[in-house]
Amino acid sequence: MGKSLSYSKNKPVSSKKSGGFLKYLKQHKWLYLMLLPGALYFLIFRYMPMGGIIIAFQKYSPFLGIKGSPFVGLTHFKNFFTGADFWMLLRNTLSISLLSLVFYFPAPIILALLLNEIKHQNYKRTIQTFIYIPHFISWVIIASLTYQLFNINDGIVNMIIKQISGDTINILGSPSYFRGLIIGQSIWKETGYGTIIFLAALSGVDMELYEAARVDGANRWRLMWHITLPAIKATIIIMLILRVGSILNTGYEQIFLMRNSLNMSTAEVFDTYIYQKGITNAQYSYSTAAGLFKSVVGMIMVLGSNKIAKKAGESGIY
Amino acid sequence: MKLKKAHKNKIKSSPADRAVQIAIYVIVGLVGLITLLPFLYIIAGSFATEKELTEKAFFIIPTEVSLNAYNYITRTGEIFRGLKNSIFLTVVGTITNMFFTTTFAYPLSQKDFKGRNVVLNLVIVTMLFSGGMIPTFLVVKNLGLYNSFWSLILLGAVSPFNMIIIKNFFQEIPAELKEAARIDGSNDLGIFVKIILPLSKPVLASISLFYAVGHWNDYFSAMIYLQDPKKETVQIVLRRIVLLAGGIQTDMFDFDILGTPPDKAVKMAATVVATIPILAVYPFVQKFFTKGVMVGAVKG
Repeated sequence: MGKSLSYSKNKPVSSKKSGGFLKYLKQHKWLYLMLLPGALYFLIFRYMPMGGIIIAFQKYSPFLGIKGSPFVGLTHFKNFFTGADFWMLLRNTLSISLLSLVFYFPAPIILALLLNEIKHQNYKRTIQTFIYIPHFISWVIIASLTYQLFNINDGIVNMIIKQISGDTINILGSPSYFRGLIIGQSIWKETGYGTIIFLAALSGVDMELYEAARVDGANRWRLMWHITLPAIKATIIIMLILRVGSILNTGYEQIFLMRNSLNMSTAEVFDTYIYQKGITNAQYSYSTAAGLFKSVVGMIMVLGSNKIAKKAGESGIY
Repeated sequence: MKLKKAHKNKIKSSPADRAVQIAIYVIVGLVGLITLLPFLYIIAGSFATEKELTEKAFFIIPTEVSLNAYNYITRTGEIFRGLKNSIFLTVVGTITNMFFTTTFAYPLSQKDFKGRNVVLNLVIVTMLFSGGMIPTFLVVKNLGLYNSFWSLILLGAVSPFNMIIIKNFFQEIPAELKEAARIDGSNDLGIFVKIILPLSKPVLASISLFYAVGHWNDYFSAMIYLQDPKKETVQIVLRRIVLLAGGIQTDMFDFDILGTPPDKAVKMAATVVATIPILAVYPFVQKFFTKGVMVGAVKG
C-alpha cells in the first residue's frame, strides 16, 4: 500500500514508464547496496524471531526444529494463564509499573521545573553535571552500590539503623521492601537525565509571556500553572505514552540483579520469569507463549495510548 | 536574555518569594548531593582498611589509606580480563553499529528513494512488536553465534530509534550540496562518504556514544549469550565479585545465607575499577549527549 502511495506522489517521474524501475535501480544501485546490511540485520535479528513465535503453538524440541516439532494449539497459553504464576507475575509487574508511574514519572518534571527556577548558571550547570552521571552507570554497578549500602551485615544504612534502634532490617531480602528499592533506584538513576528533555522544552518558552503575566500581577505559581506547564505539556504527554506503552516492561537487568530467593514473591516479573523458564529451564515453547502475551499487550498499550493522545489533540508518536 | 532575567529579579522579589527561591536552591543542591554521595562513599571505602569499614558508619575520607583492596584485585586479574573483553566489545560493537546504522539511514533519508515508506514501516513495526527473548535466543543459537562476541555485536547492530535520529539529520542536509557533488562526478556512495558523513559529525558523535555506553553497560545479553569464563565482560565479573560474594557461582546471591562477604573494601574497589572507564569519558560524553537527546527529541 505504501508503495503505490509513493508512486502516485511522484507522478511527474513516472513519465519514463517502460523499464522505469530497473533503470531507477541501476541509477541508484549504491543506495540499494547501502541499504543491504541494515536490511539483512532487520530480517535476521528482528523478523526471524517474529517467525519463531510459532514455537509457542508447538511442543518445540531443539532436535526436531520448528519444521519437525508437533503443533499443540493453545496448550501453553492455557497453562500459562491458568497457572498459579500468572496472577503473581501480573500483580508484581503492574505494581512496579504503576508505582513507577506515580513516583518515578513525575520526578524529572518536578526537578526540571526546580532547575528552571535557578538563575545562577554556574550553580545550575554544576548540579546538572552531577545528576546526569548515574544514567551512564550500568545496573550492575547500581545494584552493587545498593548492596553495599543496604546489606544487613555491614551496609551503611543498616549500621545507622542499628545505632538508632539497636536492630537491623533485611531490606535486600524481604518482599515488602523490594518495590520501594526498585522505584528508588530508578529515581536515583534516571531523574537527573530525564530532566534534559523537559529543560529543552522549557528553554523554548518565550520570556515575554512571563513578563506580560508578571505585569498582570501573576505570582510564581500562576506563572508555572499557566505558562510553564502548558509549554511542556506536549513533551509530558509523549513521555507518558512511552511509559504507559511499556507497562509490562519492568526492565530485565535491574530486577534480575535485585531479585533473590528471599524476595521472589514480589520480585518475579514477566521478564525474569521468561528468562528463568526459557533460558535456564529450556522450556522454550512455554516461555515463548508468555513472551508473546507480553509483546501483544505491549503493542496494544502503545497503539492505544497513542490514539488517546491524538484524540486529546496532541501529536502522538506515530 | 540572561541580563533581562537578572534585572527583573531585582525589581520584584518579596521576602516570601526570596524564601521560595532559597528553598529551591537548597532542594536542588540536596538532589545533587544525594546523587554523588554513594560514589564518594564507595571510593573512600575502597581505600580504607577493613577495620574502619566495619566500625564507622559513614566517612568520605578514610583515616588510614590502604591499597590492599586494589592489590587483591590486581592479583586475581579477572577484573582486567573483564575490562579487556568489554573494551573489545565496546570498540568493535560501536564501529559495527555505526556502519550498519548510517548506511541504512542514508538511502532512507532520500525522499524520492523508491521503497522508502515500505522499509520505514517495517522498521517501525519492530519498535512496536518483537519476537521476544526466547525466539531471539534460538535465532542466535541456530546461527552459531552462541558463546561468541559476535552475538552481542550483531544482535543490536541497528537501534531503530538511533537510525531514525540519524536519518532525520541526513534529511536536513541541503540537497544542493549533493547536486554539486553529483555534477563533479560523485556517485551516491561518494556523496555519502565525502559530503554527508563529515557534515553529520555532531549527531554521529552522540549516537556513537549512546551505542558505546550501551555496550559497556550491557549485562543481560552477556549473561545469556556468553558462557565461556574467558569471555566474561566487566559487568559479569563485577556482579560475581560484589553480588555473588567473592566468586561463588550460584544463580542467586543470598548474602544472608552465604554469610559476611570476605572483603568489603575489595567489593568497593571492584566497583570503582568498573566505574572508572565510564567516568573517565564522562566529561567528553557530556558535551555530546545533551545535543544527542535534543536531536532525538525533535521529531521529523
